Amino acid sequence: MSQLLQHLINGLASGTIYALVALGYTMVYGVLKLINFAHGDVMMVGVYMGYASAFALGREAQRSLWGVVVIFAVAMGGCALLGFLIERFAYRPLREKPRLTALITAIGISFALSYGFQLDVSFDGPFDFSIAGRRGGSFDFHFDRLVLLPGASPRAFPEIIAPTEWFILGDRDVVLWNWQVISLLIAVSLMVALQFLVYRTRFGKAMRAVSWDHRTAALMGIPTDRIISLTFMLSSALAAGAGLLYAIKDTSVTPLMGLYVGLKAFVAAVIGGIGNVPGAVVGALLLGLVEEFVVGYAASTWRDAVAFGFLILVLLVKPGGLFGRVAAEKV
Amino acid sequence: MSEPVKVLGERRAFAPLLTVEGLQVRYGAIQALRGVSLQVGKGEMVALIGANGAGKTSTLRAVSGMLKASAGRITLEGKDTTSLKAHQLVPRGMAHAPEGRGIFPNLTVVENLELGAYLRKDTAQVLQDMEKGFTLFPVLKERRRQLAGTLSGGEQQMLAIARALLSKPQLLLLDEPSLGLAPQVTETIFRTLREVNATGVSVLLVEQNAHLALNAAHYGYVLETGEVVMAGPGKALLDSPEVRRAYLGE
Repeated sequence: MSQLLQHLINGLASGTIYALVALGYTMVYGVLKLINFAHGDVMMVGVYMGYASAFALGREAQRSLWGVVVIFAVAMGGCALLGFLIERFAYRPLREKPRLTALITAIGISFALSYGFQLDVSFDGPFDFSIAGRRGGSFDFHFDRLVLLPGASPRAFPEIIAPTEWFILGDRDVVLWNWQVISLLIAVSLMVALQFLVYRTRFGKAMRAVSWDHRTAALMGIPTDRIISLTFMLSSALAAGAGLLYAIKDTSVTPLMGLYVGLKAFVAAVIGGIGNVPGAVVGALLLGLVEEFVVGYAASTWRDAVAFGFLILVLLVKPGGLFGRVAAEKV
Repeated sequence: MSEPVKVLGERRAFAPLLTVEGLQVRYGAIQALRGVSLQVGKGEMVALIGANGAGKTSTLRAVSGMLKASAGRITLEGKDTTSLKAHQLVPRGMAHAPEGRGIFPNLTVVENLELGAYLRKDTAQVLQDMEKGFTLFPVLKERRRQLAGTLSGGEQQMLAIARALLSKPQLLLLDEPSLGLAPQVTETIFRTLREVNATGVSVLLVEQNAHLALNAAHYGYVLETGEVVMAGPGKALLDSPEVRRAYLGE
């Protein structure tokens, strides 16, 4: 029984992270009918941005509350910018072209990021700079080396949230870690905020109109390009947040992590019914739980096989995903 | 490059609102419009009739910025709007109820109407105008909380018109409002259109049903293979033997 509870906790913890990434797939698919295969890799770039800013802050600061906030802000803001640039320069010129063209472009960007980040490009220093504080003091930074591209080898992600056991049942039968609770809280509040944004705000209404038909949406005076840009920025920022939570859990960061996590989140979005916000969340939680139970009760080598088998099973029974509707093409 | 337009009768004088000169539109290698020129005056209702594929819808789309003109000039109140995009034309007083009605079936009736007022900041006035729309089409009020996709064809057309009016347009572009509707419903819609027009909103109307359109409109243009071939007051066109033969089946 306690084992079951433990697996439930672990499964939900990884499921919520998948959910944040899956929401990005689903939002972009919602407005553009595009599977943004570069989404996972944008997440990976976000994790490296977080890694770099943790490094720049130093050991002490990165563990403080404001340090963590800065790390998340840098990664999420940086990824929003990256998402904006990708949409503006890679996808927008292809907007009126057949959908396959944009899809292949997305795969191209995915590979460009995941293999580009395996290059080793750095400049030897030393580099010193300081930011003057408002009351005369200053923040001084010193780097021996500036790394532009990190190279292929995995790096240990700093423990920006020092792991602590918050809740223990029996003789360590069930353990709940602080980062599990924190990541669950962050993920859930981001989801609630997103749900509010999509269904209760003017921007969300515009987004839903664009998702139905961006040409008609423009006739309402909705600046469709701006709505699409903002959707990309939002989904990329969510991915960066999710990526950091994943890195905290996994304690490592590699250029290929985006492909792996991205694929899993994509599977989750399809299970829930791609384009559907609650569907992405439910699909991701289910996938997280299924994976955890396979690892716990069968063998970890079966994890991915069962995850993809689960996808096939869902699609056999409900081809549109759990929450999706198969739209009959009207002629 | 084209034959002269045959003009029947005198046009009633209206202050100019929309002027289209030598408008050309291409879809790849296919030229859909080969130099269309037309005018719509302030408070005027103008009908554009013609067979399938004559370029009626393309003309409306180019005017509302959905399509790029490959040549020609479009001016609205004397200002060149040829290169503006659809969403930039809405604040200048253009509203387009597109072919197939273009409602958002995944949104409720009220949400659809709210999108019509997307750019307006005068919330209180919007609510009043929405009520005005409900007086025009009372059935929409009954169905206000329903998803627009569950409405009948006629109700969807009413919603499309009510939504277009919520942007407070000077010029309303309508594409085939009678398409697929029962005669009674069509009548209701045209009666309302005349009421709306009487309040000063100019209308540019595309219709397959030439009889209906020319009866309602002050002025009409006949389009054939991407060109205006005939123009004149609605009644004059209705009486012309060419129009009667080609579009009224006589």
